[in-house]
Amino acid sequence: MVTRFLEWLGRFVLRRLEEFGTIVLLYAETMRQLKHKPRIHHIIAQMSHLGVDSLSIVSLTLLFTGVVLTLQTASQFIRFGAQSTIGAVVAVAIGRELGPVLVGVVCAGRVGSAITAEISTMKVTEQIDALRVMAVNPVDYLIVPRMLACMIVVPILTVFGDIIGILGGWAVAVYYSGISSYLYINSIDRFCDVFDITGGIIKAVFFGNVIAVLGCYYGLHSPAGAEGVGKATTRTVVASIVVIFILNAVLTFILF
Amino acid sequence: MIKLVDVNKEFSGKAALKHIHMEIRRGETLAIIGGSGSGKSTLLRLLIGLIRPTSGEIWFDEQEVSRISEKEWDKLRLSMGMVFQYSALFDSMTVGENVAFGLREHTDYEEGKIQSIVREKLHLVGLDDVEEMMPNELSGGMKKRVSLARAIAINPRVIFYDEPSSGLDPIMTTKIDELIVNTQKALDVTSVVVTHDMASACRIADRIAMIYEGELIALEPVERFRESEDPRVQAFFHTLQTMKEAGR
Repeated sequence: MVTRFLEWLGRFVLRRLEEFGTIVLLYAETMRQLKHKPRIHHIIAQMSHLGVDSLSIVSLTLLFTGVVLTLQTASQFIRFGAQSTIGAVVAVAIGRELGPVLVGVVCAGRVGSAITAEISTMKVTEQIDALRVMAVNPVDYLIVPRMLACMIVVPILTVFGDIIGILGGWAVAVYYSGISSYLYINSIDRFCDVFDITGGIIKAVFFGNVIAVLGCYYGLHSPAGAEGVGKATTRTVVASIVVIFILNAVLTFILF
Repeated sequence: MIKLVDVNKEFSGKAALKHIHMEIRRGETLAIIGGSGSGKSTLLRLLIGLIRPTSGEIWFDEQEVSRISEKEWDKLRLSMGMVFQYSALFDSMTVGENVAFGLREHTDYEEGKIQSIVREKLHLVGLDDVEEMMPNELSGGMKKRVSLARAIAINPRVIFYDEPSSGLDPIMTTKIDELIVNTQKALDVTSVVVTHDMASACRIADRIAMIYEGELIALEPVERFRESEDPRVQAFFHTLQTMKEAGR
């Protein structure tokens, strides 16, 4: 029983290490391909496809996060007479943590899964082999544009989400909790630092990287068939969310 | 032109190809036949460099290619074209963009010239005015033709066909066979056709190679291949004959 468990554990660890090694190699190969002339129209197409289409879901997520955050904090803060700091609390929470993390999670679901589904379908239908046969490097053609697009789009979505979230908080603070608009905005101005927002944007660049690399990795290594595409997509979302949470903790420790 | 010397290929310790010795001559059409899982597609993937042999040598002209880098393979692949079993057209691109893909990636031609080559190659495979269509709007036979037009767009010296008649009705199969023969004549290329369709192989090939359980058991001109006394070749022929008779 114990021997069997140890065998299973050993195999599990080896598989995870092998997977990690392959992801690192894919990332290194992607970095190596960056030296080639960028395919600008591909990057813009991916930014449009992956980014613009995510605007609505990012807006909804961050709007209601701002709303709920203010609802929860406003009543407590008013009780202790600290209503003059609500705007800053909402802005710091969204700018540093909730904005980048929630945008990262939303993009892992929306963007990462789309990347995996597209690449794994291309693999199943031999389109990736066709690229290789036509002397085109699939990493250069497929992965580099997606990675650059994610590295640009996720931070932009984060800034957009930050603004929407803070506006959501403002609406609740002013129209529900009775805090003046001046007080809300003034507290942001007084207590917030630019780095509260830029720090979140730095995080978003890393999250964009994670989403693109894992999306492409699971797409390229998806098992054959329709079921394989589904499994690969699920793995991308789960792995991306886990890595985003761990990376967020590490980056928070380093940045703030 | 292409030579395989004692090529072996294993997957997870299981032999897929065993001691393959074979020579493909310049300008000929070689059909590689065999049952499902016999190793013929593996052989094709070795020839185009999508996988590497476990041991043995593969020669293209004077160059041994089994251990060259992917970058060197890319140079070599500029003289090759491939028609995939399920066409493998890029489904996010139009037919015209599919055919123009290799030209846009590897040449500095102006757009006007690229469009003219695309029209010419599509016309060569019997398709006109389809440049703006998407692959999902095409029938199986049309997809195969577009795939062939894409393969010949950069004027390759060798064209590989993976099961060109797979999924097609008998009439369309004959048309694709004619297209392979006509392309061969028009462009003077070397063609390697992997198929399990014996009738098709006899129509298009100069020589036929048969793979059986990973081994090359016959490599003969078509007429001599028919007369082979190898029971495995005969069995393949007889099964085909029986199926044809049952069909009648």
